[in-house]
Amino acid sequence: MGGRLLAGLIAGFARLLAGATVRYAGYKPAAGQRIYFANHSSHLDFVVLWSALPSTERSKTRPVAGSDYWDNSAIKRYLAREVFRAVLVDRTGKTKDRNPVEDMVAALDAGDSLIIFPEGTRGDGTAIAPFKSGVFHVATRKPDVDLVPVMIENLNRILPKGEVVPVPLLSSITLGPPLRLGAGETKEDFLARIRGELERLG
Amino acid sequence: MSLGFSLTKETIWLLEGVGALLLVASLVGIVLGRRAATDAARATVANLNARIRAWWVMVAVFAAAVAMGAIGSTVLFALLSFLALREFVTLTPTRRGDHMALFWIFFIVVPFQYLLVAIEWYGLFAVFIPVWAFLFLPARIAVSGDAERFLERAAKIQFAMMICVYCVSHVPALLMLDLKGYTNNAGLLLFLVIVVQMSDVLQYVWGKTLGRHKVAPTISPSKTWEGLIGGVLSATALGSGLWWITPFTPLQAAGMSLLITILGFAGGLTMSAIKRDSGVKDFGALIEGHGGVLDRIDSLCFAGPVFFHLTRYYFA
Repeated sequence: MGGRLLAGLIAGFARLLAGATVRYAGYKPAAGQRIYFANHSSHLDFVVLWSALPSTERSKTRPVAGSDYWDNSAIKRYLAREVFRAVLVDRTGKTKDRNPVEDMVAALDAGDSLIIFPEGTRGDGTAIAPFKSGVFHVATRKPDVDLVPVMIENLNRILPKGEVVPVPLLSSITLGPPLRLGAGETKEDFLARIRGELERLG
Repeated sequence: MSLGFSLTKETIWLLEGVGALLLVASLVGIVLGRRAATDAARATVANLNARIRAWWVMVAVFAAAVAMGAIGSTVLFALLSFLALREFVTLTPTRRGDHMALFWIFFIVVPFQYLLVAIEWYGLFAVFIPVWAFLFLPARIAVSGDAERFLERAAKIQFAMMICVYCVSHVPALLMLDLKGYTNNAGLLLFLVIVVQMSDVLQYVWGKTLGRHKVAPTISPSKTWEGLIGGVLSATALGSGLWWITPFTPLQAAGMSLLITILGFAGGLTMSAIKRDSGVKDFGALIEGHGGVLDRIDSLCFAGPVFFHLTRYYFA
């Protein structure tokens, strides 16, 4: 319960700091399970996106994050596991006993929504990197879950990669029309298509 | 500057007058809403009514801050500076190398400048930003090691700091002035804010009703000569009628009003040019119908410092 309270406080603080305008471009916020996928350029991305969701959705939405980063200190581990209920995945993808796709599918099977950053790591905010294939494998396993593109702008200026202190500029979050894996669509086509849909929102 | 000083009888009259004016404006808004026949007219009236509603909120916040005394006004304008700076820098194409310099402005320069207002240290208040911060900022950006568009970035950040922090801080600084035979400095602050803001409103009203000839169509399509002249003259008349709240004679109040309304127009036009260059209509969306904080206080940015120094030079 303490984790839930702390999560609310952090979300409120992030909203204040990042002054995010939320825009719906072909997406209607409603109850239901979905996978939000967004561009990634700041540690604040997840928190600000998460705080922009309706509160009923927020409690059922979990971020997918790299265990190499979030598991390496007690505070980060507490934040990731207890506060944000993150699905921690092995970004190296090498260890066969913990397959990231299985972890994400398990979270979806349990009825939760996911927030993923298919670029795999934070960029410098100028361009969206090619997507990693995990999102394709998840979409193949769960073809009836909507994928919602979310364009996050300016957070890379508020807290860029490598900086410790934030600068309180105004940011914006744009949610686009939901997407699904097409019948017979190849991995390359699918990844290029959903990345293009995200880019279009910028 | 006295802590928690109470409002004088005159100041309360003035605030009541503003309340009455808003009441009339709200009634006019309702009547116009019933009469609007075309879609375009309805849109204009809807925007007008949104503006009037926002005015109620702004007046309530401002009156509460002024009633809390010097600290209330200083904190309010510090917050306005912070929000205006945020809007301005968001539209400025800064780079990663500017990050720490921006952090300094937001979290060190803004609080320190208003601390100087609060402790009434005029000497440092007047030079802290134009001398100390002016030299520190480009050096801090240079330390980050990014030379691309260096002068342009440094200059734009300097401009943001001068307009949003230095200029705005002169409004609550009116409370630190020691004037001959006059102690109601809150009244002086109200005079400045009311005349400048009413000038904006009256320019809008004259422009919407009679406006034909544009002053600078490539900068702002809504600023007309009819609006400018009508607004400046009627706001000057209003300002001279408010001489009793100031240390001025009616004629001096008229002269001051004329000056600050023209400066206010210059501020609005300058900030419109910046918006036009950045390809936006408003600096923000915090105040419904008005845009951002900076859209509302752009005229005050220009009128405040000049009003402060003229008053200090001739009446202190």
